[in-house]
Parts: sequence; C-alpha cells; structure tokens
Amino acid sequence: MPELTLVQAVNDGLKTAMRADDSVLVFGEDVGPKGGVFLATEGLTSEFGKERCFDTPLSEDGIVGTAVGMAMNGLRPVAEILFQDFNFPAFDQIVSEAAKLRYRSGGQYTAPMVIRTPFGGGIRGGLYHSQSGEAYFTHTAGLKVVVPSTPYDAKGLLIASINDPDPVLFLEPKALYRSVKGEVPEGEYSVDLSTLRSVRSGDDVTLFCYGAMVTVAEKAADQAQAKGIGVNIVDLRTLLPLDEEGVLEHAKRTGRVVVLHEAPRFCGFGAEISALIAERAIEYMEAPIARVTGFDTPFPNTLEHHYLPDPRRVLDAIEHVANY
Amino acid sequence: MSHDRSTTAAPAATTLDAAGRRELFVHMLRLRCLDERMLKLQRAGRIGFVGTARGLEGAILGAASALAPRDWLWSGLREGGAALMRGLPLAEYIAQMYCNANDTAKGRQMCNHFQHKGSHYPSWSSVIGTQIPHGVGAAFAERARGSDAVHAIFFGDGATSSNGFHAGLNFAGVWKAPCVFVCIDNGWAISVASSAQTAARSFADKGIAYGIPALQVDGNDAPACHEAVAQGLLRARAGEGPTLVVLETYRMLGHSSSDDPTKYRSDEEVERWAKRDPIDALERELLASGNLAEGERAELVSQLTAEIDAVIHEQEAAAPMALRTLVEDVYAEVPQHLRLQYNHFHDVVQRRGEALPGDGAFPL
Ligand SMILES: Cc1ncc(C[n+]2csc(CCOP(=O)(O)OP(=O)(O)O)c2C)c(N)n1
Ligand SMILES: [Mg+2]
Repeated sequence: MPELTLVQAVNDGLKTAMRADDSVLVFGEDVGPKGGVFLATEGLTSEFGKERCFDTPLSEDGIVGTAVGMAMNGLRPVAEILFQDFNFPAFDQIVSEAAKLRYRSGGQYTAPMVIRTPFGGGIRGGLYHSQSGEAYFTHTAGLKVVVPSTPYDAKGLLIASINDPDPVLFLEPKALYRSVKGEVPEGEYSVDLSTLRSVRSGDDVTLFCYGAMVTVAEKAADQAQAKGIGVNIVDLRTLLPLDEEGVLEHAKRTGRVVVLHEAPRFCGFGAEISALIAERAIEYMEAPIARVTGFDTPFPNTLEHHYLPDPRRVLDAIEHVANY
Repeated sequence: MSHDRSTTAAPAATTLDAAGRRELFVHMLRLRCLDERMLKLQRAGRIGFVGTARGLEGAILGAASALAPRDWLWSGLREGGAALMRGLPLAEYIAQMYCNANDTAKGRQMCNHFQHKGSHYPSWSSVIGTQIPHGVGAAFAERARGSDAVHAIFFGDGATSSNGFHAGLNFAGVWKAPCVFVCIDNGWAISVASSAQTAARSFADKGIAYGIPALQVDGNDAPACHEAVAQGLLRARAGEGPTLVVLETYRMLGHSSSDDPTKYRSDEEVERWAKRDPIDALERELLASGNLAEGERAELVSQLTAEIDAVIHEQEAAAPMALRTLVEDVYAEVPQHLRLQYNHFHDVVQRRGEALPGDGAFPL
C-alpha cells in the first residue's frame, strides 16, 4: 500500500471519485493549472480536462451557489474554498441554500455536493487563514460536517462525502497536510460518515478531539502515559451528524473526559460534547468535564502557537481530570 | 451614460509636473528596493510572506500620488508603498513585515497588511473585496461630515468578482459617493488570468452597469495613472460622484513569495511585460527631459537600499509581542471571561513552560 501524506490522500480521493463517476467535477479558485494552493488538486485538469477541473472567478458565493445548482441538476460538484475563512462570503449559500434545499422542497430537490476547505491554524496565516469555524456550520441542520485527521480517513471520508446524498462541508486540517503520512489503499474505498475513530485506548481519561488536534492529543497522551495515566483518544471525524452513541460509550468507559479543539471555547463544539455527556451520562462521571480550546479571541498571528492548544495545556487538563 | 476609456487631453491641473515626476520616480525605486529586501528576508526565514509590487510601482504609486493628504486610501495586498509615500514611516513598514512589538497592529496581521492612521490608510483584512464597501461608507461619512476629502479605493482584477465590488460600486453610484475606485488589473489573481475573471472586454466596462464613468489607463505609465486618478478626485470633490479607474499592468513575480507562477503562465508573457517596466519607462522620460542624470538611478538605488538596511537592522532587534496581547483589543475592555482564560493560560505557562513556535509555512 502506498504511503501518502494527508494532502496526497485528498488528491487520490478526488481522482478516484472522478474516475468512478463522470458526474463528479472539481472547481474553485486556483484548483486548475496551479493544482491548488496546497496542491490538493494537482494533476486533475491534466487527467480529466478543464471541463471537470477548472478555476472560477474570485467569488466564493458564486462557487457554492453554482455548485448547488449543479447538484440539483445531476452533477456531483466538489467545490474547493481556498481557506475555511473564505466560506464566510458563501455563508448564505451554504447555510440557507445548500443545507435547507431538501427540507424546503419536501425532498423533491437535493444538493449532493461537497465543499472541501483547509481549516485550522499552524501556518502563520493570521486572522483569515487559520480559523476553525466548524461551530458555525455544525449549528446548521441539513449540512454534514466532516474532519479527517489521517491520510486513510481523508481519502475514505472524502469518497463517502462525494457519494453522500446530502451537502457535506469537508474540513481539511491544513497543519496535517504534509506532517502526517500513512498507508492509503489504492482504488475505491470509503469510511462511513458519522462514525468516530478510536485512536488509542486507555483506561483513565477519554480525550475527544478532531482534525489537527489529534496529533496534539497523541503527544499529550504519551506524556500522560509516562506519568501512569492511560488516555483513551477518540477522533470524532464527523461532527454532524455526530456519533452520539459512540461518544457516550467512550465517555462512560473512563468516567473522566477532556474535550480538545483549537476553535474558540464559547459555544464551540466541545460545549456540545460536554452537554451530551452531562445529559446522558452524568452518573458515570467522576470528574468535571474539561475543555482545552483556543481563546475566545480572533486568531492571532505571531502568537499563534500560544493560542493553539499544545501538549502542555492538554496534559495539564488530563492530569487535572485524572487526579480530581 | 459616459464611458470614456481615453485619458488624452487631461486638464492641466491633473498632470504631474517635472518635479512631481522625479519625486514619483524615487518613490517607485524605493518600493522596488524594499520588495527586493523583503524577498531576501523571506528567503532567509526572517519574515513569513511577501506580496510584491514588482511591475506595479507605476500604477500603485502613480495613482496614489494624486491624492491630497486629507484623502483616504483603502488598500489591498500590494499598496504598502503608497502608504510609505504618503507618510507611513519606513520603520513601521518594516516592523509590520516582522510583525513585531513595534508594529502598530501589534503583530496581529500577516505581513503586507500595513496601516497608517496619520495618512488615512486602514489595513486590508485579507478577505478580497471587503474594503470596497468600507471605502464607500467612509466616503458617504466624509460628505455627511461636511468634508471634501475623497476616498480612493484600491483593489485588484480578482476583487472585481467579489460581492464587495458589486455592492460597493452600486451603492457609490446611487449615493454619488465621493470616491475613486482604482482597479489594479495586474493580469492575475494568484493563478487565474484576468481574462478568466470576466467576460467583459475590460474591467472598465463594469462601471457602465453602475452608472459610474470609467477610465482605462496604461498602468505602466505612472504619470498617466496620476492623471486619471486626479481627474476622478476632481469629479468627486465637485460632488459629481465616483469614477472607476482601471490601470492595466502586470504582476511580474509570483502572487507571493510562496507561489510558483511558471505553473500557470508563459515566460514569453512575462518577458513581454518586462520590456514595459514602469520604472525604466519613467527613467527614460526623466533622462530625456533632463530631470535625471546618467547613472543617477544606480546612486539612488544604493542610497535607498542603505536606508532600508539600516531600518531592517533596527527592527530585527525589536521584541516580539507580549503574551497578554493575546486577549487585548478584542473589546474596548478585556471582559471577565477572557481575563479568566488568560489567567489560566498564564498559570499553565508558569508551571509547564511556554509553547514553542510551529514550523508551518504559508503556502500562498
Ligand atoms: C474572499 C477571498 N477569497 C480568496 C482569497 C485568496 N486570495 C488571496 S489574494 C487572491 C487573488 C487576488 O487577486 P487580485 O484581486 O487580482 O489582487 P492581486 O493579488 O493581483 O494584487 C486570492 C484568490 C482571499 N484572500 N479572500
Ligand atoms: Mg490581480
């Protein structure tokens, strides 16, 4: 099996889906000859032609809006938005149109489409190339929100998202694009949406995370292990619809929970995990649920490594919860 | 509706005199030297990112040179040289590139996001086209406050596809807002050619739809850029409303220090434009009119570079931003919940040490 980086796995996933189904097409800003700012779409125009992989004018609203129309009329658009931050100019098309089409038409019209977009910090991109806006979108019924953290999942979840009958926002952790490598099967396979992944098991504390925070969690867990604390790491990988039963099962297993994300804390996704456990598994809890998150501030630039949760802050929360 | 695409027969008041042309030439040279220095610093890993103005000096500075000190300049990625020309201290320019403690924006924005309140130059957010309606609103406010200052709103060819462009021009047309739209059509929006951005013959055509007169100008002819914008300013100050000025030029280097333009454009195209370099063109004109001496350009370059190097040296030594700035300026006062978040963070730092910078690099 070839070893691929996460961004290569995305590229492989796109090619695999495009080979399997002529109605799949990829478009956005700089996805054509340049092959994408992060090279996720490299080689697509040369293999599939500029009818199936092409650059658009500089309008995210236009990209997502036309994707909705294409999806309503028999195509399977995979739109790329250069950075998650630039989904906001398309917010209306995502939240009010793509997400609500099935509901408002009584199921007569649907938008089976994918919006792929790099998200999160770690590249010194400042306020507008670093945000983790997942909570804006997980508050949107009708949308699916998927976040891979390994090359295997990136390809498998992407193919599942492209084949899904509903619109999917596919958030690619840019900090992991080239920093993680893993075995990726050739050809078509998929990873079911709405299933979490057990990264490693441990008996003492369950650590829920996703995206680039999975690698931070692993480092913190190594350090905790050295201190005799076993950490059970869970990669949520689909945020909406969430694998709620899986979350509850893992939370009950240790009775001690830390939730980790790089997005701001207030009304962040961690609040949902925390509330879910509080509502349905509080009697299993032996310690308060702890959250490790970004600050409730805009994303900084030079101080980004202080803003982003790092293994120190995660370990601190793990120890706090373990020793409670 | 008039749609004048020519710039001939400009009123005398709008043409740049010999002294003005020479001054403009020096500003253009400074900007080029500065870009070269910044690229070097980027390659050496001292700063993160550079979006250069190489090839655009005539368009950016020619256009900006028409503004009065009381006018505002709304910028995109590449107008930093205009801020410098209009009063941004070189030290602040370079501090912004280092994003250090001397940066007036406290290192919060990426490189190439300059601001200078003293000369009415707000920084660009990063989100393409968003400054366009801001400039229109500020122009509206200018008139409401009884001032005759005009707002020059700069943006690129790519930005003409943004929502901000359409909303901004439409509102400005309806309101007859005292502003001048300056579209720097440099041929490319990262890897997307201007010809793929619109089916219109020229971006100037877009003025028609909004009832805004438009001028299309050779953006490598710096004095012509000055004239066109000066005409727009006259109209705006006379209460006649906005003008769209499209400056046709060419982005000679990659989109930024991280972009490889050979993947999407031909060497021949670049060479064709290299022959039309705006600095060379103005130099020839100044030499011919006796306003520049043989060999003076080289002298100016070494003088300007020395000035720049001295400031770089100074800024290299500046401190990074203090950690507490993480939670400042989010609101007028730091709210209680942020105080608590910071205190907890500070406590972890005290007990376990500071986080280390990552090694991620900006890709675009
Ligand atoms: C809303 C939004 N979409 C995408 C980007 C990424 N991006 C940064 S610069 C750029 C191209 C801008 O082209 P243009 O307006 O012509 O300005 P130029 O870079 O040529 O000066 C793009 C697509 C962005 N910053 N904002
Ligand atoms: Mg451009």
